[in-house]
Amino acid sequence: MPRRLLVILMWTILASSSAAVAQAPQKLVSPPEVDLPFGDAAFPDGPGAEAINNNCMACHSVDHVMNQPSLSREGWEEVVKKMVRAYKAPISLADQEKIVDYLAETKGLD
Amino acid sequence: MGNFNSGGATRRRFLGAAAGLLGAAPLGGLGLLSRSACADTIDLHAKGGPGQRSLTAAFPEKGRMILQRTRPPWLETPFDVFDKGVFTPNNQHFVSWHWATFPTSADVTRYALRVHGHVNQEISLSLDDLLHGMPRVELAAVSQCAGNSRIYFQPRVAGAQWANGSMSNARWTGVSLKDVLDRAGVKPGARMVRFGGLDEAILPEAPKFMKSIDIDHARDGEVMIAFAMNGQQIPMLNGFPIKLIVPGWCAVYWIKALNDIEVLDGPDLNYWTTTAYRVPNKPNYTVSPGEKNLDLIPITRNVPRSFITNVSAGDIIPLGAPNSARGIAFGGDKGVKSVDLSTDGGANWTPASLGADEGKYSFRQWRADFTLTTPGAHVLMVRCTNSDGETQPGKPVWNPGGYMGNMIESTNVLAA
Repeated sequence: MPRRLLVILMWTILASSSAAVAQAPQKLVSPPEVDLPFGDAAFPDGPGAEAINNNCMACHSVDHVMNQPSLSREGWEEVVKKMVRAYKAPISLADQEKIVDYLAETKGLD
Repeated sequence: MGNFNSGGATRRRFLGAAAGLLGAAPLGGLGLLSRSACADTIDLHAKGGPGQRSLTAAFPEKGRMILQRTRPPWLETPFDVFDKGVFTPNNQHFVSWHWATFPTSADVTRYALRVHGHVNQEISLSLDDLLHGMPRVELAAVSQCAGNSRIYFQPRVAGAQWANGSMSNARWTGVSLKDVLDRAGVKPGARMVRFGGLDEAILPEAPKFMKSIDIDHARDGEVMIAFAMNGQQIPMLNGFPIKLIVPGWCAVYWIKALNDIEVLDGPDLNYWTTTAYRVPNKPNYTVSPGEKNLDLIPITRNVPRSFITNVSAGDIIPLGAPNSARGIAFGGDKGVKSVDLSTDGGANWTPASLGADEGKYSFRQWRADFTLTTPGAHVLMVRCTNSDGETQPGKPVWNPGGYMGNMIESTNVLAA
């Protein structure tokens, strides 16, 4: 098949399939109650792991933290402060320090 | 789906990364395969932090997704999905919730959408009212997280570490927000309309997730309340049973499991409007790292973006042979005017041909033929210009929140 014809044919297939949207439903059906994964049971061991385990997992899973980039100590202080000030995480000052220590140690820039 | 390369030369990889191999894998019916049949990690090629992510099929109504966070879920659309067409399948439409207390079920018989505040009469609409009591509207629109591509910001910033897949396109069916507001009767002096869903903050003092738009925007006839995406009911994780669609605006406004509409006669002072989701008031929302005293403005509209979907970094392109690049583009809050391809790192640009126009808020497919005539490294680049003449920046976008990244994408290949 000549290349030009092939290309035109392919465009036609693409265009027609993308426009093939089914009719919208007339009725909505409640899906079954969903059961969602919780994530890891604890943070990896490290200094202050107890503080991060006790304070952070009510709102989010461990992988939320572990997938973050490496940040400076100041960067982690800012993150922990945001959790407390903006999102009202009830973390004691002592635990905030331990959490920053843990993060600076395990996910620091150095 | 059509494959423009089916008659052309084959490619092989010189980087055997898992991500690249996945990108080349056949996709049809993947959802039917067992998890063990799929590679279960993907490399997002991030610098300055972990780049590996699990691929998961463990979430209800969702197929193979990149696991960015388990709870509350951040599930990213694997990039290879975007090569298959402009509409993202519902089971691979990206997922993002702010608070861990989000709905995992909804009783369709008792579901109520309340409209209240600065209106003549407070009303409560059932799903039946929305599905059968009002004119239907339909449009295609890209839902994109304001933090899409944050993982590629340098220096890195905290937040959801999305690669390029916290965006998805769907055809939405529902009712016009204007029609719903008219039923309640907006009083003179209304300024904002604020939206909330079934998700609640876990901690009692924490701010409920809400967003608001201007009254004129709310009544523009395009903002809609959708009960269907791509002809099907909306998956629970994407906001079943109804979701606010703000075409051309960032997904943060697209409130899921929408159950509350409040008309305000003053500014919206809630945290998510006044403090969160803000960017520097600068061209391309870009400042230098460490810059202080920034003038911050709310994130609103999307900006133009484009991607190559059939060539990956590390591909070997046969020297001197005709080749075809293709991908997707969107104009942000405007339609796509043009897409251009460069094969020399941005020195020269060739116009691409555009695929079917599914509406100005939709992804649009593009294709451009090219031949690499000199051996060695080449940088493919793609650039979208929207109908307002706005185009993508050639320099990195950077701001402390990691928002609105839309730099021209580069793909390093080798001609041999």
